[in-house]
Amino acid sequence: MTSVGSGYDLSVSTYSPDGKIFQIEYASKAVENSGTVVAIRCKDGVVMGVEKILPSKMLCHGSNRRLHSIDLHIGIGIAGFLADARQLVNRARSEAKQYKSVYGQPIPIKVLAQRIASYNHVHTLYGSVRPFGCSITIAGIDSTGPQLFMIEPSGSCLGYYGTSMGKGKQAVKNELEKINFTEITAAEAVKTIAKIIYSVHDGDKDKDFELELSWITRESKIHQLVPKEIHDNAEAFAKQALEEANLI
Amino acid sequence: MSSEHFKYPVFGQVDYFKYNNVASQLASHTPSPSHSQELGAKKRTVDPIVTGTSVIAIKYNGGVVMGADTLLSYGSLARFNNIERMKKFGKSTIIGAGGEYSDFQNLSQVLDDLVVDDGCTDDGTTLSTTEIWNYIARVMYNRRNKGDPYWNSLVVIGHDNNKSFLGKVDLVGTCYQDNFIASGYGSHIALPLLRKAYKEDMTLDEAKTLIQDCLRVLFYRDARSSRFIQLSIANADGLVITEQIALDTDKWDSGDSAKKKKNQDGRKKKNNYRNDSTQVILEYGHNVV
Repeated sequence: MTSVGSGYDLSVSTYSPDGKIFQIEYASKAVENSGTVVAIRCKDGVVMGVEKILPSKMLCHGSNRRLHSIDLHIGIGIAGFLADARQLVNRARSEAKQYKSVYGQPIPIKVLAQRIASYNHVHTLYGSVRPFGCSITIAGIDSTGPQLFMIEPSGSCLGYYGTSMGKGKQAVKNELEKINFTEITAAEAVKTIAKIIYSVHDGDKDKDFELELSWITRESKIHQLVPKEIHDNAEAFAKQALEEANLI
Repeated sequence: MSSEHFKYPVFGQVDYFKYNNVASQLASHTPSPSHSQELGAKKRTVDPIVTGTSVIAIKYNGGVVMGADTLLSYGSLARFNNIERMKKFGKSTIIGAGGEYSDFQNLSQVLDDLVVDDGCTDDGTTLSTTEIWNYIARVMYNRRNKGDPYWNSLVVIGHDNNKSFLGKVDLVGTCYQDNFIASGYGSHIALPLLRKAYKEDMTLDEAKTLIQDCLRVLFYRDARSSRFIQLSIANADGLVITEQIALDTDKWDSGDSAKKKKNQDGRKKKNNYRNDSTQVILEYGHNVV
């Protein structure tokens, strides 16, 4: 990397001559090393899926969660350093709680996303701190319907129909572009995401992985892990699709 | 009103926090606003303002029933007629509140946050009714020790893991469980009735009827009560809070038959006292049950 040794990458409060803040770019590198996260905003909800790479075979199933609930109606998906992201999750929970106590209603997804983005952003302004080594997707349903946002270490916050973070980001985006987001339902998206994650998983480089799926639907309006039965079906569907693809 | 008028402590009129002393000292100087230096800027509930009255609950075979009227009083004024005083928390708990309603709303927010936090943990467990009851007991006792109590008496019912729960917490943090509980004015009027009428393994209908009877008697006796009530039920099927029910108290014509009426032949008719359920209800406290 050209930045290394240049002296411009030591602090987040210093620009390089060509207008970059290298610490933010390094933080983005940390995200790119992470397992893939896929999120789709459907007509009746939002679905998130994570390729959770397992560093050890002795880990308990379900540990190191990368999908978290923030409030009843909001969930967060994580790519990058889990410890950094947990800080954002805690922050998001207290923002949601504070909004509810002040305004007496659940926090709109956009407001939460922008507040978390600001929190990310202030960590790109001072020499005494480093940016968060993680990107997050925020999924939820509010009065404006299903919403999906992605927040990056730079503090950028954008709304999406479908997005992805982590290792397989580029390959996933190619797949996502084929989807008709105005028609797809949450139930279909669960299968699609499972299939995409299985197809982008690089079995040679990476060890085992665990598929994590969560969703929020208009029906329940509660963010939660996808029920075991639906999860297992989606996973079986993904495995079968992968096998068929390999045969051809 | 100074506390020296009272030779013995009267519930609700004891000057626990020496408010009246401070106030009378102030009055001897120039009148000053409540945020004055002497009183300190701190505000505490020294008197409830908008209040709900009794809550009654009993265990029956398979669950718990709770009843309360829907009235909020502003002093002695019947201020709000259609306010729910019972609220669900999580999947298995209902709390019924008497006393300062804004304190209950505040406490509700604390508990709602607690339930959301618990849900976010997503560890496969949910807050049980016992845990919630214990938690509010801690909150109430803490607030009382700060001299700034939540001015409520709270009746907690719930049903989880096939076990019924019925407990109570009051503004000083006293907490207990029982098979039947009445709070506020009900602890004077309804509790003796419940002691007589309660039996183990009641059916849901029997329990509902008993609670309605108690609330009816309270309506006759308690000037801060109303005849519009709600019942809430916690059992294996989950939680239910009913729509508003109007208690059948329209029995004031029961004396009509005792009025002297003239027959067609002009002679006075003999008195004919009706012997119906009205009298039973009116005399509830004395002999029946």
